[in-house]
Amino acid sequence: MATVSLRGVRKSYGGTVEVIQGIDMEITDGEFIVIVGPSGCGKSTLLRMVAGLEKITGGEIAIDARVVNELEPKDRDIAMVFQNYALYPHMSVYDNMAYGLKIRGVSKGEIDERVKRAAKTLEIEPFLERKPRQLSGGQRQRVAMGRAIVREPKAFLFDEPLSNLDAKLRVQMRVEIKKLQRQLGVTSIYVTHDQVEAMTMGDRLIVMNKGVAEQIGTPIDVYAQPASLFVAAFIGSPSMNFLETRIGADGSLALDGASLKPKTRIDPGRAVTIGIRPEHLSVGSGFDLKVELVELLGADTLVYGRLSDGKGLVVRLPGTEVPKIGDRLPVKAHDGAWHLFDSETGKRLGAA
Amino acid sequence: MEKRVTFNEKTLPYLLVLPQIAITIAFFFWPSWQAIYQSVLLEDAFGGNTRFVWFDNFAHLFRDPAYYRSAMITAVFSLLVAGLGLSISLLLAVMADRIVRGATAYKAFLVWPYAVAPAVAGVLWGFLFNPAVGIVAWTLRIFGYEFNYVLNGGQALALIVFAAVWSQISYNFLFFLAGLQSIPKSLIEAAAIDGAGPGRRFWTIIFPLLSPTGFFLLVVNVIYAFFGTFGVVDGLTKGGPAKATEILVFKVYNDGFRGQDLGGSAAQSVILMAIVILLTVVQFRFIERKVHY
Amino acid sequence: MVENRPWLTIFSHLVVLIGVAIIAFPVWMTFVASTHDAQTMLRSPVPVLPGPHLLKNYSEILTQGYARTSGIPLTIALFNSMVMALGICIGKIVISIIAAFAIVYFRFPFRMAAFWAIFVTLMLPVEVRIVPTYGVVAGLGMVDTYSGLIIPLIASATATFLFRQFFLSVPDELAEASRVDGAGPVRFFFDILLPMSRTTIAALFVIQFIYGWNQYLWPLLVTNKESFYTAVMLVARQATAVDATPSWNLIMATAMLAMLPPVLVVVFMQRQFVRGLVETEK
Repeated sequence: MATVSLRGVRKSYGGTVEVIQGIDMEITDGEFIVIVGPSGCGKSTLLRMVAGLEKITGGEIAIDARVVNELEPKDRDIAMVFQNYALYPHMSVYDNMAYGLKIRGVSKGEIDERVKRAAKTLEIEPFLERKPRQLSGGQRQRVAMGRAIVREPKAFLFDEPLSNLDAKLRVQMRVEIKKLQRQLGVTSIYVTHDQVEAMTMGDRLIVMNKGVAEQIGTPIDVYAQPASLFVAAFIGSPSMNFLETRIGADGSLALDGASLKPKTRIDPGRAVTIGIRPEHLSVGSGFDLKVELVELLGADTLVYGRLSDGKGLVVRLPGTEVPKIGDRLPVKAHDGAWHLFDSETGKRLGAA
Repeated sequence: MEKRVTFNEKTLPYLLVLPQIAITIAFFFWPSWQAIYQSVLLEDAFGGNTRFVWFDNFAHLFRDPAYYRSAMITAVFSLLVAGLGLSISLLLAVMADRIVRGATAYKAFLVWPYAVAPAVAGVLWGFLFNPAVGIVAWTLRIFGYEFNYVLNGGQALALIVFAAVWSQISYNFLFFLAGLQSIPKSLIEAAAIDGAGPGRRFWTIIFPLLSPTGFFLLVVNVIYAFFGTFGVVDGLTKGGPAKATEILVFKVYNDGFRGQDLGGSAAQSVILMAIVILLTVVQFRFIERKVHY
Repeated sequence: MVENRPWLTIFSHLVVLIGVAIIAFPVWMTFVASTHDAQTMLRSPVPVLPGPHLLKNYSEILTQGYARTSGIPLTIALFNSMVMALGICIGKIVISIIAAFAIVYFRFPFRMAAFWAIFVTLMLPVEVRIVPTYGVVAGLGMVDTYSGLIIPLIASATATFLFRQFFLSVPDELAEASRVDGAGPVRFFFDILLPMSRTTIAALFVIQFIYGWNQYLWPLLVTNKESFYTAVMLVARQATAVDATPSWNLIMATAMLAMLPPVLVVVFMQRQFVRGLVETEK
């Protein structure tokens, strides 16, 4: 159990390409942190720097107040679960889990006890004598978890551990990992590109883009008050609607005949992007939407249409409402559901 | 291709490559350098005096009819070995590939000659064709054909070709069979549906698809014929009769160890090195291309 | 096959059978010759079916040798061949696997230089540099020693490449996982990499054993004393001795025994053999 501190953490290759551009974060004891972002955003690199598998080229990382920059992975007291599980193919499940303990010189009796206990928790007792290749994907995943658990480390590091599983299993394991982490109370850092995993598992999220932490916050914060266009677009499905416009002379926004009043003052004439989530639009007088495509998902209906000025908009309606293609659908926005972003910097300006 | 992970130890990697590098330097680079160096020196018969003679040894070699003869023999020999070896093993591989039942048994019976040393192979074939007691020579004589490789240079050359082909056939066979088995069955079936019979399918579908394997084997066989057949010659004809089977590799050995012509032998070594480097480059060029398919 | 043409299948069987027969014929005649007495083998036509002297010939050659060319019993030569084959084979595997390990898993100055140095040895077969290589071996006093027979032949680019290829196919995460588990490079090598390389090692073992056993030119150069002769050398020496009436029964018994170990290895380890053969050429 431990805290993890990232202070101005940077990573560059050959001093030129900076893939991590200064990350600051304090992770408290027992917290579940999810690093989420598209591929190539540097999320795995950041995790591997915490693990000690990548050199830290700037700033420092401390685990339990001890700076670990120069420590080998084995001396950092962390355990890691890899995307492809990285189980030793020639060792039995038992030996895979026991290997790290053996190297650390833990007594045979204690190894046995810890492995058995972890196997019980993960329900893999029947497979202890099998080789990894004789296991299904889900079972391998559990063994990889088991290998991390038996070590009783200060922190768990997960590198996209569920991305090799099929959709159904992924949902199931997601719940199990979260439950297990609660139960053990071990500080965890979890890397994923899947925003649903991020939202459902994390106590807090780091949303990363191009080596920068765009936003650090609880899932609800990130959803309700995205700090940037990138975060707004990345979190939520279907993605937020964006409309480009300008602040009028009176400080208000004109949108398809209607007028919006920003909650904070913004300089007139500034180019802004306004965003609204499809689920924050519903039928009612406001705009006229020309329906172009309707997707029936059962519980919801997604309506793709255009405003009179030609801008596209997606609306999420209850599954009971099924507009026809070509119809005119009046839609209105929920109160305060508009997000305003600076079109140039992408930074959040406020709500409307 | 590079690994992402590396261990940080500084001296360990040097210790790990040291044995390989040390042996390589002592027994590859140094001798090769020596060969090049000696090829521009002239040493008198007693080994006392050496003189730097520029490219005299090479010039001498290129003026030497015996060297031309040896080169010609090598060329004919390697063409025959590669040509016969490839066609026979292709035939066997195509036939074996057609056989569904018992294919593995046949394979087992065809692969073991690879394990026989070329020198021993030479002896076995020499025994079959021995003028006094060889069963094949005896049979040929009944049919009125006098086979005596001890006296007849052409026949001696034919004999070392047989032995060399025999030695290399399992290798070619295995590669052709692997090549045939890697051709998707659906292609053959598509051709059959298009109305192509077995013979036509072979020439229009299988043979072209097999040509990369064939080309690879051609290079391997030429290298084999040039350098791998020393044992066959030494175990069978020792270059004779009257140097009719003296291939280049054998001549290097003969001139260097028997004839004590160090400069000349070294010059020959340098030429052979150039040939083998050329062939290896061709081979790698080809493999690179194969990778991009 | 795609269509059912019985005559074509029969024809295929026939061709392959003839091929097998022709390929096996020299060895059959060798075997037959090794089971008759010397007199029978001097009368043409020689018999094509085995005779009664098998045990006598083999025990004579194993215990006394072939007196006309050298007095050493074949047992000694077989032992020498075994030492040489195993030495080359094990030596190659050991120095290649550690060199490949260094080149794949470490970054160090001159890494690429080492890689290329090993690579170009592919282009320098012993046959093209025999005289100077012999000079080096003689200078090191390794003539007529086992180390002289073995060490110059154990540097191998192909084996190093094969291991390198295999190591590159091992997921990076395995090394990382073992580092997180607390293993250093040496431990990782012995606990993880070596056990995982078993099949590659087995394939190489078969190929290199055959290569080592069948060496001919090299032992011919570095051995002067008969007590260091190898089995393959003896076969060629006996068969090409010019001055005496040959005892074909004994020569052929020698040949049979000189062929036997590598042939057995191929027959009993055929899977590894085929794998090794195909992979060392990639």
